Amino acid sequence: MTKSMTITGAARYKSGVMEYKKMGYWEPDYEPKDTDVIALFRITPQDGVDEVEAAAAVAGESSTATWTVVWTDRLTAKEKYRAKAYRVDPVPNAPGQFFAYIAYDLDLFEPGSIANLTASIIGNVFGFKPLKALRLEDMRLPVAYVKTFQGPATGIVVERERLDKFGRPLLGATVKPKLGLSGRNYGRVVYEALKGGLDFTKDDENINSQPFMHWRERFLYCMEAVNKAQAETGEIKGTYLNVTAGTMEDMYERAEFAAELGSNIVMIDLVIGYTAIQSMAKWARKNDMILHLHRAGHSTYTRQKSHGVSFRVIAKWMRLAGVDHIHAGTVVGKLEGDPATTKGYYDICREDFNPMRLENGVFFDQHWASLNKLMPVASGGIHAGQMHQLIDLLGEDTILQFGGGTIGHPMGVAAGAQANRVALEAMIFARNAGRDYVNEGPQILQDAARHCLPLKQALEIWKDVTFNYASTDSPDFVPVATAAE
Amino acid sequence: MRITQGAFSFLPDLTDEQIASQAQYCIDNGWAVSLEFTDDPHPRNTYWEMWGHPMFDNPDAAALVMELKECRKVYGDRYIRLVAFDASHGWESVKLSFIVNRPTDEPGFRLARQEGRGRLVRYTTTPYATDRAAGSRYGA
Repeated sequence: MTKSMTITGAARYKSGVMEYKKMGYWEPDYEPKDTDVIALFRITPQDGVDEVEAAAAVAGESSTATWTVVWTDRLTAKEKYRAKAYRVDPVPNAPGQFFAYIAYDLDLFEPGSIANLTASIIGNVFGFKPLKALRLEDMRLPVAYVKTFQGPATGIVVERERLDKFGRPLLGATVKPKLGLSGRNYGRVVYEALKGGLDFTKDDENINSQPFMHWRERFLYCMEAVNKAQAETGEIKGTYLNVTAGTMEDMYERAEFAAELGSNIVMIDLVIGYTAIQSMAKWARKNDMILHLHRAGHSTYTRQKSHGVSFRVIAKWMRLAGVDHIHAGTVVGKLEGDPATTKGYYDICREDFNPMRLENGVFFDQHWASLNKLMPVASGGIHAGQMHQLIDLLGEDTILQFGGGTIGHPMGVAAGAQANRVALEAMIFARNAGRDYVNEGPQILQDAARHCLPLKQALEIWKDVTFNYASTDSPDFVPVATAAE
Repeated sequence: MRITQGAFSFLPDLTDEQIASQAQYCIDNGWAVSLEFTDDPHPRNTYWEMWGHPMFDNPDAAALVMELKECRKVYGDRYIRLVAFDASHGWESVKLSFIVNRPTDEPGFRLARQEGRGRLVRYTTTPYATDRAAGSRYGA
């Protein structure tokens, strides 16, 4: 590892331009403090820029530096406020790319503000010319910082207690078609799906308040559907009312109306921004409301490995920000999701401690200090025939959302919902009873279908549906093979 | 109608052997199993009556099934559910819950609508069974 090149004394503050690595932003001997925020970037320097200078530049531009030396640094405790790149490793099998570890003193960040954290960490630095590309791969958030955030408004345990649903994944469906239904027709889909056996239905991310259905119409008809389905089944039901709107004032108005109508859950989209999300999380905590987050927009910056922000970082930010549900991938469905990488996201949502697991893309030990857990949501191109795989890959504390897999059922929406619920309960029962449910899954489903015609039909119609494409965001490290000849 | 609370209401009613398989799974995970019964199945009736304490130190599902048989002798006309409780840090709540006994006739729920201002409606769900006094609702 390259040694420290920091220039000290008066020479350091001589007017002019100086390399970042000489200004104190490269400190290979630095040992991060327990209270430091650590960021891991994937850097791709421009030709002719060495990786240490590039890493130091990222540290500088994401903390105190500007392009030239300024004497006013000397009015501050500058050594403390400088972010320090302390380690640079080549990325395995990716020539020209490096992992740069950068430590930030906790005093650089406002307590409890994702906006402030991200303004530094993913601010100007992402457009910095000496880099071809830059990606924020992971962050270590010190407990001292975690504790300044509210965290999920409700959390997995209290959500389950409120819903009185334990021991199985929850079941949902997004109402389709996502655009064009009137309020009255929309409520019909909600009623049929909930009566048939789902726990939740969901507005899609772009259902807000459009000419074909204004938001109050949707809320009123949806709550008629929820209450009627609840009375038909004796079971708590809910529908994620999307309160996403153009202004905070509009969002609060919609959320208040949802609360007045007795809804147990509201929904927001990631595109409303970090501050709006934190505001809604506080509102949700105050109003006994579960807060669902749809990650609309994330793929614009999470999907490509060379540039952007990894979804595992977004998941960490959203746990701090305080949402209760987050879409985190299905592995087997229609949207991007490598199994090992997705496991990393799920662990970040649901565990109190994440150990470093490079094979899942998790680069740091992360303590959550009893911050509430949030429910990962699997949605997009999944169906009842994959139930054994979904439970095996995603576990029990998750929400399985079968949109097309419910509403597209040949016997109707309620039949589709029933098929999914029977498949789920049969699989959980078999798992608990000690069956090898992953391998015997298809047989377990066939057996369950003997007393459930809708499941039989679902298995028949979607039996050949799979989405096998190469993932663009897979881990850079593979587990070391043990001798097993 | 058939109330669909609990984890396995969409499966055919479970045999005692099947109930034992699930109870043993819970016990093997370190969860305490217990039984609760009610004649008020309102979805927000959280506190069903307890049939004794959770069996914190019981290693064998057979004991749970034995208790279930005893419970059925007294309250066989009502809903009985198995509850498994996980006391480990970070959960400290129910981990699995499912119905193990039902009334022969489940009359369901009345949905009352109180029309308010504009199109606002206040909904109230009432089990038909609770029209009768507690203890004489499912006519043992």
